[in-house]
This record gives sequence, C-alpha cells and structure tokens, in this order.
Amino acid sequence: MITSEPVITVKNMVKKFGNFVANDNLNFEVYKGEIFGFIGANGAGKTTAIRILCGLSTPTSGVMKVAGYDIYRQTEKIKQNIGYMSQKFSLYEDLTIYENIRFYGGIYGMNMAERKARTAEMLERLELTEYENRKIGDLPLGWKQKLAFSIAILHNPKIVFLDEPTGGVDPITRRQFWNLIYEAVEKGITVFVTTHYMDEAEYCDRVSIMADGKIVALDTPQKLKEQYNASNMDEVFLKIAR
Amino acid sequence: MNRFLAFLQKEFHHIFRDPRTLVILFGIPIAQLLLFGFVLTNEVRNVKIGVVDHSKDYLSIRMTQRLLSSGFFQLAATPSSESEYEGLFRSGKVKEIIVFEPDFGRRIMKEGKAGIQLIADASEPNAAQLIVNYTTAIANGFVKDEFGQNQKLPGVDIKVRMLFNEDMRDAYNFIPGLIAVILMLISAMMTAITITREKETGTMEILLASPLKPIQIILGKVVPYMILSIVNALVVLLLGYFVFEVPVVGSLALLLGEILLFIFLALSLGILISTFVDNQVTALAMSGFVLMLPSILLSGFIFPVKNMPVPLQILSNVIPPRWFIEINRTVMLKGGGLGAIWPNTLILLGMSVLFIFISIRKFKIRLQ
Repeated sequence: MITSEPVITVKNMVKKFGNFVANDNLNFEVYKGEIFGFIGANGAGKTTAIRILCGLSTPTSGVMKVAGYDIYRQTEKIKQNIGYMSQKFSLYEDLTIYENIRFYGGIYGMNMAERKARTAEMLERLELTEYENRKIGDLPLGWKQKLAFSIAILHNPKIVFLDEPTGGVDPITRRQFWNLIYEAVEKGITVFVTTHYMDEAEYCDRVSIMADGKIVALDTPQKLKEQYNASNMDEVFLKIAR
Repeated sequence: MNRFLAFLQKEFHHIFRDPRTLVILFGIPIAQLLLFGFVLTNEVRNVKIGVVDHSKDYLSIRMTQRLLSSGFFQLAATPSSESEYEGLFRSGKVKEIIVFEPDFGRRIMKEGKAGIQLIADASEPNAAQLIVNYTTAIANGFVKDEFGQNQKLPGVDIKVRMLFNEDMRDAYNFIPGLIAVILMLISAMMTAITITREKETGTMEILLASPLKPIQIILGKVVPYMILSIVNALVVLLLGYFVFEVPVVGSLALLLGEILLFIFLALSLGILISTFVDNQVTALAMSGFVLMLPSILLSGFIFPVKNMPVPLQILSNVIPPRWFIEINRTVMLKGGGLGAIWPNTLILLGMSVLFIFISIRKFKIRLQ
C-alpha cells in the first residue's frame, strides 16, 4: 500500500520560541499510505512539529506541504483533509457517544445520511452500538481513546495526526488501538504518529528519531536496528541518545 | 452554516447538562433579585416605634395618629418612664422613640414653638438617619396642614423631596444596577469559563485543527450565552416592573439597545479573560476579582460613586458597569434619551472595541 507519492513534504522546518529552538531544520517526507513515527524524549520537539503540520502553530521558516497544500497559505484546505488527535483526551465527557460523533461529523460538514452510515458502521466495528447513548465520561479510558481515534478519521481524511495517542493506556488496549490504526491504513489513510513507547516504534513503517529539536535518524525500524546493531528499537534509541 | 448549528447544539448540551452552570445562569440572578429586593432593603416600612406623650392633648394625639397612619411606622411600645428606653432599644422592640414634651399643643398655639424629641437606634446609622428624616418630614407636614392658613407657622418647614424616587424605594436603586451585575456574571464570567474549559480539556486544539474558523469557534461559544443574557435581562426588567413596580420611563427600545451593547462588551471581556488563563478555576477567580467585586462595589450599584474616596472614584472610571448603570438609571427612571447618555454609550463601545482588539492580538501570538 505504501507508495512513493509524498503527502507531507517538510524542507528546512525551523521553529523558535524566543532563543529556544524547538525544531532545528527538519527535513523529511511522508509517503501516502504509510505509518510514519516520530519518536523522541519529552521536549524533543515532536509536538511542536505536529502542531505546525496541523496548522495550530506557524513555523519560523521552512517550506512545508501537507496533503498537497501549502502550510502558510492553504491552511483551510489542509484542515479539511486531515484528522487530529491530541495528547489530551479530546472528546466531550458530558456528551454521549452519539452526540460526540454527531458534533464532529457536523463541524467537518458531513451531511446527515453520510454521518448516519459512518456512525453505524463505526459503532459496530468498535462493538459499541448498544452504548451509543452512554456519556463519554462513564467509559473506560481505553474505549475513549479508541473512540477518539475513530472520530478523528470519521470524515475520511487523507492524513491523520496522532500526538501520543496511547499515553496511560495498558499494553493490551494499546495493541487493540494499533489494530485500529492498521485498519485505517488499509482504507488508504496515511498515519503520522508521535510516541515515546519503543514497542510502538516497531509497528511503524518508518520512524524518525528526534533529539533536541533535530532529526538524528530516519529509516525503517529494520534498517535502524541493523545500522545500530540492536535487537529492538529500545536499544536503537538508547544508542542514539547516548 | 450546518457546522455552526452543530456547534450551537453541542454548547446547549453543555449548558443544560451541568447543574452548576444552570445554577449560575438562572439561580443566581433570581437569588440576587430576591436578596436585594426583600432582604437587603433600606426602605422605611412598618418601623417599630415607641411613643411617649407627656402632653396627651389634641395636637399630640393627632400627630401620633398621623405618624402611625403613614404606613412607615407601627406603634410597638408606650414606655411610661425614661428608664425603659434602653431596654426597648436593646431588645430591638423599637427603632425609634418619639417624645412629646408636656403642654405640646398649648405651646404651639401660644408660643408658636414646641419640642418633640426623637431618639433613634443609631447602631444602624443609615437606617436611623432615614427613620429620623421620615419622622421629621411627617411631623412638619402635619404642622403645615394644621396651621397652613396661619401666618405664624410654627417650626421650620423641612421640605424633603426625593427626586425620581419620591418614595425612596430601594427597588429603583437596585434594579438598574442588578441588570449590569447579572449581565457581567452571565456574559463575561460564563464566557471566560466556557472557553477556558475547551482549552483545559484539550478539545480547543481539536476544534482549531478542524475546518472551523477561529471566529466560528468563538461565536459558537458566545452566542448561547448572549441569548441567555438577553433572556435574563428581560426577566429582571419584567420582575422589576411587575413585582417591584420599577417603571421604564424612557424609551424601551433605547434601553434594550444599550443592554445589547453592554452584553457585547461583557462577552468581549469574557473572551479577553479566556485568552489570559488556561484553566477554569483561574478563570473563575479572575472573573470574581476582576469583574464581580468591582461591578458590585465600585460601579455605583450599592455605593454612590460621588461618595467614594477620590482614588476609588478615578478607578471606577475603568469599571464598565459604572457607565452602564448610569445609562440604565437615566433611561429607566428619568426618561432620558440618547442625548443624555451618548458619552456613556461611546465609552462602552470604545471599551468593547479595545477588548476585542487585545483578544485578537493575544490569539495571534498564541498561534505563533
């Protein structure tokens, strides 16, 4: 499914906050249909980069395109074509599952028929159909996160950005969450994910490892392990970080 | 447009599902109205008095009757000796004792002059002053009625007339101010809290990453509170009119226009606060200190601006309700038109524009 057609192009991305350089000259491309991982310690600049690509923050300099649109001039077009799930949990706790879906479908401009069809299909897939009138606040965290992801791709975006989506979730739920990601990829959605769990890095098609605002390595997990003579990504990361 | 409606629908869900929000929106305005209307009243009505009549002649009895039939006073005691006075005041049985000197009537007729002693419970100085003023006014009125045609009119004629509020009714004073305070509470405080809630829970990020424009997000947050503010303002006006009999002497359309302007100002102030704070608790505290306290204390709502120390008078100039309450009083009670209130209107307009301008600047800096 992975093609050589880039959906995200980043050239010389720089982001400064005063004297602090959060992103120091980043260069990379993300190809259509792949799972692209952004890995690094907290404060390495992952979230800053993802926020810029989602149009939540403006870069200091650089040339960037997301889904074929220019990041400075065509942010509205970009927003139509991406989904975003932040570190913080992003559904409304006082609304029911159904109401959350209706709201997000509504703000992405989906019509009622389309929304109903997708909602039914999605709830069935998550086995939540009988719970659609439950308030989000009453659900376990794992369910919430799976729902948040499903809602982030409800409008069938070209790219979905996931900023540490599995923080605080147990390993089994994390595995289930990744199954959802694979399903999304099969539908042709490109996934851009940041994480600091090294086992998740293994699930990515390509990973870029960040440290102090720079990309210090970028390749498939297999090649990185060979290159650094490591048996898993954890070792790779420790060797690079050292 | 459908996007915006979806947003509004969500907002109303938030409002009607949160008991605390409902209490603030509907409980507090009604509680304030009742508190100011019935409890914190300074009105003179059925004040318990004691009467000591050492004279017991035609005039002293007639004057006592006049005082008691005025509706302001109620006879609670007729102490026979001075030693009882203190006990009556201490136990709260009376708020004032009126003592007629011996030969009251005869002295008036012969000397054109006679004495009444008024003893008031000054542990509540304002109330005591008010009661004494009322008594004096009624006594003078009585003397004037009795001897109106007579050239040697006894006593000094203290003519007390309270302009625009002949009856010294408190409702006249607090309804215009209460509208300002309630609008501040609902429009500014609730807007600040609801926007910071989206920031705190992280949903603001999701909204900003969606195709919704920032202006649509802000409008979506603000419009429900604008509607509720208008409803609340109308409820206070109607309750004021039907329960407390406070009229709108001036143009109702002008008053409603000014109310809309003030709602706009309060909403922009709420938006401004939300750009400074990141969590609901801080938003609440900031609204409380920055909005509610000055709105109640420095706006002229309770304490007249003219009676404040000069530094506070200067400070009161930057308190938006100060200007709005003046507008309300002018239009509602004096029947003034735009000619009388255009400076205040301009000030409110200027403040709104300033708040919106700073908010937009702050928002842009946040994105950078």
